[in-house]
Amino acid sequence: MVILDDIRKSYILPGRVVEVLKGISLEIKKGEFLSIMGPSGSGKSTLLNLIGCLDRPTSGKYLLDGIDINTLSDNDLAEIRNKKIGFVFQNFNLIPRLSAVKNIVLPLLYSGIPSEERNKRAFELLQKVSLSHRANHLPSELSGGEQQRVSIARALINNPSLILADEPTGNLDSKTGHEIMDIFKSIHKEGASIIMVTHEKSISEHAERIITIKDGVCFSGCY
Amino acid sequence: MQIVETINIAKDSLFVNKIRSALTMIGIIIGVGAVILLVSIGEGARREIYKELGELGSNILIVVPGKTSKEGGMHMGTSVVRKITYEEARFVEKRAKNIIHAVPVIVGTSWIKYKGKSRDTYIVGVTEPYFDIRNLKIEVGRGINASDVDSRQKVCVLGRTVKKEVIGDANPLGAVVSIGDAKYRVIGIMAPKGMALGFDIDDVVFIPTTSAMELFDTDRLFNITVKVRNAELIDEAKKEIKGVLIRRHANKEDFTILSQDEMIAVMGKILNIMTAVLAGIAAISLVVGGIGIMNIMLVSVKERTKEIGIRKAVGAKNRDILLQFLVESVILSVIGGLGGIVFGITLSVGLHYFFDFLPTHITWWSVVIAFLFSGMIGVFFGVYPARKAALYDPIVALRYE
Ligand SMILES: Nc1ncnc2c1ncn2[C@@H]1O[C@H](COP(=O)(O)OP(=O)(O)O)[C@@H](O)[C@H]1O
Ligand SMILES: [Mg+2]
Repeated sequence: MVILDDIRKSYILPGRVVEVLKGISLEIKKGEFLSIMGPSGSGKSTLLNLIGCLDRPTSGKYLLDGIDINTLSDNDLAEIRNKKIGFVFQNFNLIPRLSAVKNIVLPLLYSGIPSEERNKRAFELLQKVSLSHRANHLPSELSGGEQQRVSIARALINNPSLILADEPTGNLDSKTGHEIMDIFKSIHKEGASIIMVTHEKSISEHAERIITIKDGVCFSGCY
Repeated sequence: MQIVETINIAKDSLFVNKIRSALTMIGIIIGVGAVILLVSIGEGARREIYKELGELGSNILIVVPGKTSKEGGMHMGTSVVRKITYEEARFVEKRAKNIIHAVPVIVGTSWIKYKGKSRDTYIVGVTEPYFDIRNLKIEVGRGINASDVDSRQKVCVLGRTVKKEVIGDANPLGAVVSIGDAKYRVIGIMAPKGMALGFDIDDVVFIPTTSAMELFDTDRLFNITVKVRNAELIDEAKKEIKGVLIRRHANKEDFTILSQDEMIAVMGKILNIMTAVLAGIAAISLVVGGIGIMNIMLVSVKERTKEIGIRKAVGAKNRDILLQFLVESVILSVIGGLGGIVFGITLSVGLHYFFDFLPTHITWWSVVIAFLFSGMIGVFFGVYPARKAALYDPIVALRYE
């Protein structure tokens, strides 16, 4: 469902150009659970953001479900992020003044789903991540693991086909981290494709395929 | 996204910063309140003046020195234009068939003294018919009569305030007061009239016009107050008066004859300008309130950079973000506007309640315009911050701490 062909990304800084991704080619099949490893600063997040349509490559071709991302407008990309993609971040990225439920339904606000349906789905997902009793708590009232479970519920609420997770266990202790991984595995079993960035070997081993990136090029696992 | 959702999001975020939102609204509350209050003062003054002029009667003409174009303002008091004299007033009364009376009026200010008390007050020189024409009632004693005028009697009729302040509880009739250098005998006391437009119209002393000419050493009249036989003859009378005066003024029409309608029209023009100026000044405070909104919205956009990134990551379009912040600033200004309506009406009613000489009248159009203007200010000053928010790059915004 994801086909990357010679993807490059550079940032133009005052006086110099920083080449972060130096030609990445990669195909990810529907339903695959992939993890991306590599040293810090190697371009993992940059790659994930490109796959997530948060950013555009400087050059190269990216087909998502057969659609060439280069041909799409910003509004189209927003729509793809809304319908096809669910993000999970290292630092959770919840809106601090909104309760758990309100954070979870956020994507649905932008796809015109009526409020009963929104709440119904949110409570189902809260159950799935075992947080029904925390529905109306603010993020600041939740532990790190609980916050990450809220953000997973948010990523799942619009039934996306692709889940992108950028170091989802990076801010958690290893026990909580593996609990989170159990949730990812059950999501994967239900048919979603997952791409997860991590630099912990034990976490990456939950995936079916591991690719390694070093200094902006694919070191292993890319095909 | 539906507008209802957008309003809910805006409401939530405004509610989280209750105090900040309230403080921001105060600017708009004051602006809208000021527009409503100041327009109500202007409108109150208009109604009061119309009422006063209306009481004048439709068969009254006022002749003032100077040529006044009806579009411009009215000349008040003496100036370099050619004067109208006592003799001319007498001549008008004699010659014009369609008029009953022509009263030569002189107005000035002077000290009036009695047994160590004194007061600076208006001195009005009039002849006998003036009290009748202007519907002024004598409560005690009598008014100025023809023989007082003919023989330049030093007699005076006191307004209520002057009587109270200068004579006190003593019997006023026959009391001898000093006005300027001369001694005047009090022959009457006016019935109280109260306040009009902040002026105490009981703070006045009437004396014969001829005595006023001596007191102020002039034969220059403030005006000639003319009573026409009946209202239908107004235009005839005007022509007659013009004919009489123009010959005595070397064929130059350097005087103006105003009927009640014309005075109302002239005052209406002046009051329109006054009201527009007042409303304009108040509108400036509304604009300042708008800048306050813009300021707070810019802070709010900056503070919520990360939130904007999160919303974009889950599918918010630029338009959704723009609307979210725009709706927020419009809610601020519209609620501020509603508060301002309440504030303005309260001030306006309260002002008249505590100072009953200051008439106020709230007009529905000033309320509507002030409210619409506040809404427009919300849009105008909200667009820039909202656009800024909408154009954030999602990745940069997400990384913001
Ligand atoms: N907006 C940007 N401007 C300039 N350089 C950037 C920008 N974003 C990322 N980089 C640089 O790109 C490199 C890769 O970053 P990133 O993809 O976040 O690495 P990783 O996630 O593998 O640690 C880093 O050296 C980083 O400094
Ligand atoms: Mg990273």
